[in-house]
Amino acid sequence: MRVLKAFIAVVALVLVALVVAQVPGGQSLLGIVLPYLAFAIFLGGFIYKVVYWAKSPVPFRIPTTCGQENSLPFIKQNKLDCPTTKGQVVGRMLLEVLLFRSLFRNTRASIHDGPTLAYGSNKWLWLFALLFHYSFLVIILRHMRLFTDPIAGFVPMLEFADGFLEVGATTIYQSSFILLAAVTFLFLRRVVRPYLRYISLPADYFPLLLIFGIGLSGILMRHVFRVDIVSVKELTMGLVTFSPSIEGQIGAIFFVHIFLVCVLLAYFPFSKLMHLGGVFMSPTRNMANNSRMVRHENPWNDPNIKPHSYASYEDEFRQFMVDADLPVEKQPEPATAEPEAEEAAPTEEPKA
Amino acid sequence: MADTKAAEMKVKVVTEPSLMTGAVPTHDWWDVEAIFKPGNYCYPAKKSIAEYHGKNLPGLFGEPRDWDIESDDWALPENWKEIIINGIKERLDKFRSLKIFMDCCVRCGACADKCHFFLGTGDPKNMPVLRAELFRSVYRNDFTTAGKILGQIAGARPMTFKVLKEWFMYFYQCTECRRCSVFCPYGIDTAEVTMMGRELLHLVGVNTNWILEPAANSNRTGNHLGLQPHTFKENAEFLLDDIEEATGVKLNNLTFNRKGAEVLFIIPSADVFADPGIFTFMGYIMLFEHIGLDYTISTYSSEGGNFGLFTNNQLMKKLNGKMYAEAKRLGVKWILGGECGHMWRVVHQYMNTMNGPADFLEIPKSPITGTVFENAAATRMVHISEFTADLIHQGKLKIDKNRNDNRIVTFHDSCNTSRGMGLLEEPRYIINSVCNNFYEMPENTIREKTFCCGSGTGLNTGEIMDLRMRAGLPRANAVKYVAERHGVNMLANVCAIDRATLLALNQYWNPEVQVCGISELVGNALIMEGEKERETDLRGEPLPGMEG
Ligand code: SF4
Ligand code: SF4
Repeated sequence: MRVLKAFIAVVALVLVALVVAQVPGGQSLLGIVLPYLAFAIFLGGFIYKVVYWAKSPVPFRIPTTCGQENSLPFIKQNKLDCPTTKGQVVGRMLLEVLLFRSLFRNTRASIHDGPTLAYGSNKWLWLFALLFHYSFLVIILRHMRLFTDPIAGFVPMLEFADGFLEVGATTIYQSSFILLAAVTFLFLRRVVRPYLRYISLPADYFPLLLIFGIGLSGILMRHVFRVDIVSVKELTMGLVTFSPSIEGQIGAIFFVHIFLVCVLLAYFPFSKLMHLGGVFMSPTRNMANNSRMVRHENPWNDPNIKPHSYASYEDEFRQFMVDADLPVEKQPEPATAEPEAEEAAPTEEPKA
Repeated sequence: MADTKAAEMKVKVVTEPSLMTGAVPTHDWWDVEAIFKPGNYCYPAKKSIAEYHGKNLPGLFGEPRDWDIESDDWALPENWKEIIINGIKERLDKFRSLKIFMDCCVRCGACADKCHFFLGTGDPKNMPVLRAELFRSVYRNDFTTAGKILGQIAGARPMTFKVLKEWFMYFYQCTECRRCSVFCPYGIDTAEVTMMGRELLHLVGVNTNWILEPAANSNRTGNHLGLQPHTFKENAEFLLDDIEEATGVKLNNLTFNRKGAEVLFIIPSADVFADPGIFTFMGYIMLFEHIGLDYTISTYSSEGGNFGLFTNNQLMKKLNGKMYAEAKRLGVKWILGGECGHMWRVVHQYMNTMNGPADFLEIPKSPITGTVFENAAATRMVHISEFTADLIHQGKLKIDKNRNDNRIVTFHDSCNTSRGMGLLEEPRYIINSVCNNFYEMPENTIREKTFCCGSGTGLNTGEIMDLRMRAGLPRANAVKYVAERHGVNMLANVCAIDRATLLALNQYWNPEVQVCGISELVGNALIMEGEKERETDLRGEPLPGMEG
């Protein structure tokens, strides 16, 4: 059901693009107005969200320590999983962001007769997540061919490394196909594994299907329904130089592609895709485990919260303390009644 | 009694249809109601206890009242939803962690089978991701654009009594152990979400007695059992006789509330009255006698453990405040802390921020070895394992390892010291120095990946025993593995809650395995000045070779 909703949404978006591309002015809308709008929403939304997060303080230093702390000289600290300095934190974050360190730890638990629990190695999610993100990155960078003139120097190099086969005059880029394969894997695992199906929301299927649609339309555009690449480049260069115009006949498939990209951009800041920004700001990962070395300040620390005072403690128990030879600050006054404690907890019953 | 139940449970956890055993749930999770029945919930706080907290921290503990969890009327205040929503707003403004953890989860499921509650119950809502979704769904509804516009499609749902019941059920089936957070690609810490959830529940007076009463006791008497100063002292002194019996040495270094001592020693209070914590306590003070440490113990600050941590950050702060207040009053140079898990989470990650700076103390320096504990330069509180490991490394202890030869030991990393501090090798170094037989449990169940005892954060109460035994299954199962393979008969740890809960857990799953604190093993191995020929260990059991 939840998959269906997401699927319908993506199919509807494709149809919208196909229809709008046919009506007068539709191509300008899809090729010019929406890209600007989507990009603005993406940028504004992204910044808004990051600022929204940053506005809240980090009151406590709560790194999740995943290795040995820095303590005695003869005990080796795990500097990357339990960092104490800024440099070490940067190391931890690089591992996390570039290599998905935490996901690499993943295991899969199963229960067997006995009962016995077993934890098998499970690196598929890590592998496909990595493939997905890196192929996506390569594809975005390759697209810089369309937005730079003269073409940025790294693009041909990247294209050379990425292209592995020529079909006719067209190079096949492996990143495109890896992306589709990875998205397919990520999608299928959601559908096939019962617990993942159970936790998945339409908001989990939708971006996967959307990205699949973007990838597929891109590949179709390149290898099946050839579009006029010169006109496309004119349009994209026009967009970055703020003088966009649509000349010539660009195939409808292009408008599907760009429309889905726009939807992705506009959807991004409002969705879980914001993990792109959040991963850098997660306090359990980006803080040093040095809270006993350096005091961490909490801006809203309330100085009025004071411990139950020793004085009232002694007032309540003074006679007992004296009888038990415990030192007291004030000697009991002879012959007064039991001191009345202000804050007496109502029960005295020990309940081990 | 436990045996037949355990035998049944052994079969049930594998055969009962659950998400762990391969059964697929038939209803969407938001359509499944939380149903309370005897055995699956902790009793609510007594009215008088709630009143007591409410008086000390106005507004944070809701309206004190008697209420029945199983009924559909929790006697909530009329505007309870508003209180919750405002409470969320306040916490979003105060904690960046909450915002990030609400917004960034991609529901990748990496955390799903990492939670011991899920592994033992197979209940989908015990997957950390769903536990957090219980909260997140309400957040989306009231605080995100997508949720406001798309509602259910965006995974949003309004706060209702049904949701509140789920919160109460599943935020008290989480021991805030942080294991899930180790595996999450964004470090999302469901413990943090649970903590916020519990804070919110307290605002509307939804609480458990097993947490609030010990917290009240800690506040008033200094320790969670409510032992008054003289009783606390008597209990501790009683153990001197036991030490004398085992070693022939009468210690006279035990003092209370003594001004001018060099070190204030704070323990989890269970170590002075509960078996097997008392043996750990004997180990501590034998060590101090052995090295001639000038220390004192406070009756006012006689609880290292902080039950406030399980309620809200204000009560945590209030209870923790005693440590520095007492250190200051007594004029000690620095603080040494005993073997306790959540005490160290608070001391390590919160204390200095909440109640520091501790500039009235000195940077801790071991008077015996001269080692300066730079890693505690600001907080000025050292963990007993750090302290002992240093002594051993510098050759300051006379040790006869063989005395622990009847103990085949494995080590349980406490959640808090491993994932909230990084204390992993010090205890191992000590064990290896005082024992000849040490075996690690499987790699996926120790160190930062350690499994919780299943009863932390105030869940070690009798009324939910079945649940605790299920939640502790992953831990127990790893113990069983080394027990079968290497004959392990002693599960060592550095946590007072563990010493209580693992005992119950082992009695249930691995009756042949006993539980001890590390310092007990140290005490057994120490060659004390003037000791008699030692025939028994601190438990009064014959030493190896003395069985005859
Ligand atoms: S591992 Fe993290 S991102 Fe993945 S489902 Fe769990 S909390 Fe969400
Ligand atoms: S903190 Fe521990 S108990 Fe809570 S959800 Fe995570 S793994 Fe489970």
